[in-house]
Amino acid sequence: MTTATQKTLVAKTGNEAMSEAMRQINPDVVAAYPITPSTEIVQIFSQFAADGLVKTEFVPVESEHSAMSACIGASAAGARAMTATSSQGFALMWEMLYVAAGLRLPIVMSVVNRALSAPLNIHGDHSDTMGARDAGWIQIYSENSQEAYDNLIQAVRIAEDDRVKLPAMVMTDGFIISHCMEAIELLPDAEARKFIGEYRPERYLLDVKNPYTLGAVDLQDYYFEHRRQLAAAMERAALVITEVAADFKNNFGREYGFFESYKMSDAEIAIVAIGSACGTAKTVVDDLRTRGIKAGLLKIRVYRPFPWKEIVSAIKHLKAVAILDRADSANAFGPPLFSDITSALYLSGVRVPAVSYVYGLGGRDITPEHIEDVYEEISAVSKSGAAPAKLFNYVNLRE
Amino acid sequence: MNIKQLALKEELFTGGHRLCSGCGAGIMARQALLAADTPVVVANATGCLEVATTIFPYTSWKVNWFHSAFENAAATCSGMEAAYRSFRRQGKIKDDIRFITFAGDGGTYDIGFQSLSGAVERGHRMLYICYNNEAYMNTGVQRSSATPRGAHTTTAPVGNLKAGKTQFRKDLTKIMAAHNMAYVAQAVVGHWNDFMTKVQKALAADGPTFINILQPCRLGWGYPPEITTELGRLAVETCIWPIYEVENSRYKINRRPKEKLPVEVFLKPQARFKHLFRPENAELLKSIQAEVDAGWEKLQKLEAAQV
Repeated sequence: MTTATQKTLVAKTGNEAMSEAMRQINPDVVAAYPITPSTEIVQIFSQFAADGLVKTEFVPVESEHSAMSACIGASAAGARAMTATSSQGFALMWEMLYVAAGLRLPIVMSVVNRALSAPLNIHGDHSDTMGARDAGWIQIYSENSQEAYDNLIQAVRIAEDDRVKLPAMVMTDGFIISHCMEAIELLPDAEARKFIGEYRPERYLLDVKNPYTLGAVDLQDYYFEHRRQLAAAMERAALVITEVAADFKNNFGREYGFFESYKMSDAEIAIVAIGSACGTAKTVVDDLRTRGIKAGLLKIRVYRPFPWKEIVSAIKHLKAVAILDRADSANAFGPPLFSDITSALYLSGVRVPAVSYVYGLGGRDITPEHIEDVYEEISAVSKSGAAPAKLFNYVNLRE
Repeated sequence: MNIKQLALKEELFTGGHRLCSGCGAGIMARQALLAADTPVVVANATGCLEVATTIFPYTSWKVNWFHSAFENAAATCSGMEAAYRSFRRQGKIKDDIRFITFAGDGGTYDIGFQSLSGAVERGHRMLYICYNNEAYMNTGVQRSSATPRGAHTTTAPVGNLKAGKTQFRKDLTKIMAAHNMAYVAQAVVGHWNDFMTKVQKALAADGPTFINILQPCRLGWGYPPEITTELGRLAVETCIWPIYEVENSRYKINRRPKEKLPVEVFLKPQARFKHLFRPENAELLKSIQAEVDAGWEKLQKLEAAQV
């Protein structure tokens, strides 16, 4: 544990970085259940609670369904509530994810992405959270530990904003980020806490002088309006995410947007991807650039709300784009990020040849060579001007 | 408990709800809230009580009331209670608040059992009240693990081969007593003073407490609405549902019938049991009496066994 009083560069794994952010966020309630590879986050945090470093009531529940249920109860009661999970635990929470969003409870959760069963696999891919992309949660993905830490701190402000009031999840890649040590900069506690601020809900269930009913049956005459309000809050979240990022940059210098454009302005071909693979892709872009190939990378940070217009603006000048998904949809069409981006292109009247690549399921390695192959393939597409021979592809897979 | 004084108290569970006429759940909820002397916050599992009392934008509840889902009322309440503990420790809240969870037998015996057992083991200070109408009434009278042997339900129906539910119900009250909580009790709609006294005892205990209250359901059990409380009392007089409490692991039977009535007295007014009185089901009926007799003997031994 580091009690940071000034900006310090420290060696932290992704999980340690997440737990440090949670210590600074200092939630009223944390309810959690262990699951690989996110276990450490709450394990380290429970030590903070045991040592009195946080004001948190730590609730070691008997399942992830109860973890999310207890967070929902705590948040409805007026508390700032947090949890962490992965994979099967995330899947077990599924029902309650929708309830948290529907009741507009700004719970913040760190998710260490991991493959879903079956077959059983504990390693990193995005299958778990991709399935909940339309659950009404804000989704922010991280390339490395620094981003994970910064994203978690920003997520609290975003979720609790009066214009938003939505739960938010912040993701890291299982093992690749969660268990990998990196040098990161922690914010001084006082500055981090000042940035995050206090949570002051308008209505809450422990306010016994102003009783109200929350979670009522909502039938044909109101349900639709309430769901529309939820969707509208997600639309408003985009602006709040931008404002919080701007404030974060003003205070701490690091810049965040909906995505990171890496050498995109003059790029002719590019990869769009999410998470740790982007770090690898950047080195490939650098290498290709030395050989005169105009390659770029678009790294998605905010996936929900989906910044579709901004993404189209960032890629519309390309001659070809490869969209990489670390999740497969098994729908005889395309994976999530590919489907969303190609829809956005169509709706914008932009015709950029797009090719889908699914990679890294169950923690399968993706190396610079694999990424270089992808660039080579879309380079060929960009030169021929014809539609790609194969739209749906798998990287580093025996077939 | 003085009924004249109770009549002066503010009703925290109001009328105008959409529970059936003769529904025991409304009676139970009203009495539970009347018994509380400190502010309460309620968690409610999905079920009849929830859907019939909170159709947006209306509510029957004049206390803070929360529903999140079906199987997780105890976990949800444990989160509220954790928030309360945290706020008390931080000095953010001064009120002396109690937490009550209401859930039916489906939400308690079956789908919500893990959540309940976990919350109790963690020691959250909450009173969990199972309003036990012995089946999934909200979805249309399906069998639960609280449904008694021989009862007709829509998923254990009476047919050419079967005479209703074949299994005996599980003894949840004793399972909860095995959690070694400060206070566990069985109660019934029909003995209001007993139930409300139990609510007060449970709310006074510093930790998790549990009341399993048998709640006649006129629709699912099939009887005229005016006999709800009478039927509840017959469950006690036949020893089908003895009312007792387990206070710091000590059993105490709260009502010992002067003359133990045969189970038929309780079963006969209910449509769900009418097939039991056909000649071919005589053995089944006997087995029910035998099970009730054995349960009553066992309970008396548990009471007698303590020092």
